[in-house]
Amino acid sequence: MSNEKHHIVPYRTYIFVLLALIVLTFISIAITHIELADYTVAGALILASVKTFLVLTFFMHLKFDKPYMRIMVGFVLAVFLAVIIITFLDYYYR
Amino acid sequence: MQTATQIPTDVSFLEYRKYKGIFNWILSTDHKRIGLMYLYSMMTLFFVGVALGLAMKLELIAPGKTIMDAQDYNAVFTVHGVIMIFMIVIPGLPAVFGNFLLPIMIGAKDVAFPKLNLLSWYIYILGALLVIASVLFGNGTPDTGWTFYAPYSFKSGTNLLPAIFGAFVLGFSSILTGLNFIVTIHRMRAPGMTWLKMPLFPWSLYGTAWIQLLATPVVGITLLLIILERVFGIGVFDPALGGDPILYQHLFWIYSHPAVYVMILPAMGAISEIIPTFTQKHIFGYKAIIGSTLAIAFVGYFVWGHHMFTSGMSGTAQYTFSILTFLVAIPSAIKVFNWISTMYKGSISLQTPFYWAASFIFIFMIGGLSGLVLGALATDIYVHDTAFVVAHFHFIVFGGVGFSFFGAIHYWFPKIWGRMYDTKWANTGWLVFSIGFLALYSPMFYLGMQGMPRRYYDYLEEFHAANILSTLGSWVMTFGLVIIVINLVRSAKHGPKAEMNPWNGKTLEWTVPSPPPVENFEEIPVYGEKDGPYEY
Ligand SMILES: [Cu+2]
Repeated sequence: MSNEKHHIVPYRTYIFVLLALIVLTFISIAITHIELADYTVAGALILASVKTFLVLTFFMHLKFDKPYMRIMVGFVLAVFLAVIIITFLDYYYR
Repeated sequence: MQTATQIPTDVSFLEYRKYKGIFNWILSTDHKRIGLMYLYSMMTLFFVGVALGLAMKLELIAPGKTIMDAQDYNAVFTVHGVIMIFMIVIPGLPAVFGNFLLPIMIGAKDVAFPKLNLLSWYIYILGALLVIASVLFGNGTPDTGWTFYAPYSFKSGTNLLPAIFGAFVLGFSSILTGLNFIVTIHRMRAPGMTWLKMPLFPWSLYGTAWIQLLATPVVGITLLLIILERVFGIGVFDPALGGDPILYQHLFWIYSHPAVYVMILPAMGAISEIIPTFTQKHIFGYKAIIGSTLAIAFVGYFVWGHHMFTSGMSGTAQYTFSILTFLVAIPSAIKVFNWISTMYKGSISLQTPFYWAASFIFIFMIGGLSGLVLGALATDIYVHDTAFVVAHFHFIVFGGVGFSFFGAIHYWFPKIWGRMYDTKWANTGWLVFSIGFLALYSPMFYLGMQGMPRRYYDYLEEFHAANILSTLGSWVMTFGLVIIVINLVRSAKHGPKAEMNPWNGKTLEWTVPSPPPVENFEEIPVYGEKDGPYEY
């Protein structure tokens, strides 16, 4: 909407985020060479979560949006987490 | 805003022609025309689905082979299910009535992204064509059932890939419609229309849109995994390759149970509009209905396992899912009690939409209560995979959504086409259809209790009598359907002109001409302090 203030993000920020994402991608490849056994999946998921956080916050402008946007995204993540937990009620106790 | 001045406000959207001939439809970004395009394409597909249903019932009129053999029967129930679920009941009310009415009911000129809206329709058509292609080409029609369960879906030699990919594509149409509606409701409500002044049909679309947006991607990815499994044999679901077929059921139902609420929530929303109008009374428990809509949408994410009680899931998961499933009964009952309380001491006018709404409650109650039998662990084991399940979900999916859809079309008909239908024929159609419906599906409850399995083209002699009744019911119901459709199609062309507000409704769509002008409102309405959707 034209009557709302637009936040202008400097290019520098975007480049930093891009670099961070590239570095994280290489890290997630690198750690597959280390023998982590059961923690391999956990490691990959944690790195992916950090990348998701960066994309949502900067590229998708969550940082500069009204708080209700963040609440909605948080709610979605909570639903997702609940679905995962409930699924594991089957796998863990089977 | 250059375009606003060019579009006339005194010409209805049906008379307004920007292009030549059919291009007025297929290039139109008008939400009303898009809604009607969905309606016409869905009706066409619906007749195919009905024909397949009739063929199944005819096969079951007697034990043994009647008109088709086992393989054909498998193909027929698969295609019937894929068409009816993915192309009709899931998009049904949101795509047709949501598109047509949501912007008008919240006082907007269109949805937030009109071009995206048109794209959604094209994606829908593409998905439908892909499924049809799987029937017409390749080696054999898909025979896995609409659920594409593992291991059938990667073991079956039939032409499954286009059908699965078609269902995947149809999901995108649903996601984009949901996204469009969420943004429209957040950003485009008329000035003064606060959240708690929004009518209940838009509210139900809002709950639905969130499910479409969040749950559909899960089935999309799952269907892609099945495709990868079939093409490359990667072994996500195939136990021979270390996969887990139960995982497929989890992933599939994580979407497909919430999808039941994509179907039923807007159906309930339409009922919540019809009942206050035909009782001329403020809806009872407005906030409770909103709360129950959101509660159903929310709890609906966590009950998918009730489809898997007999598939070898852990005991912990079984009773968790059973308890959660029972929770859904609470908000559903809240709605039913509120509808009935709205009727109490109202001045009820017995017209066609009200008949559909009242019978919706009746049918929905039977469907819902039989759902409790299936949600309880012990009884589910007894009736699992029998005709009982088929009866239950046809009462919910066809009874719930179908009755609401027909109620909605008879309610908003004068608004959409600016003409009135013949009431006598409409009522006759409703009566014949309802009798046929009950005769068709009620015997299946009995058959299931007696132990007749579902998805078989043959059965034991002891099930014969009830199956004859059911087949006769399918003929009566189809006859009712023909009456309804002929009456509506005829009246859309030749019926007497309808007024702006024939039912004395209070929501915003009744304040614009019938049919509405292209951009709905000459001036965007402003809601005052005392205005509300149901102020009688
Ligand atoms: Cu379910």
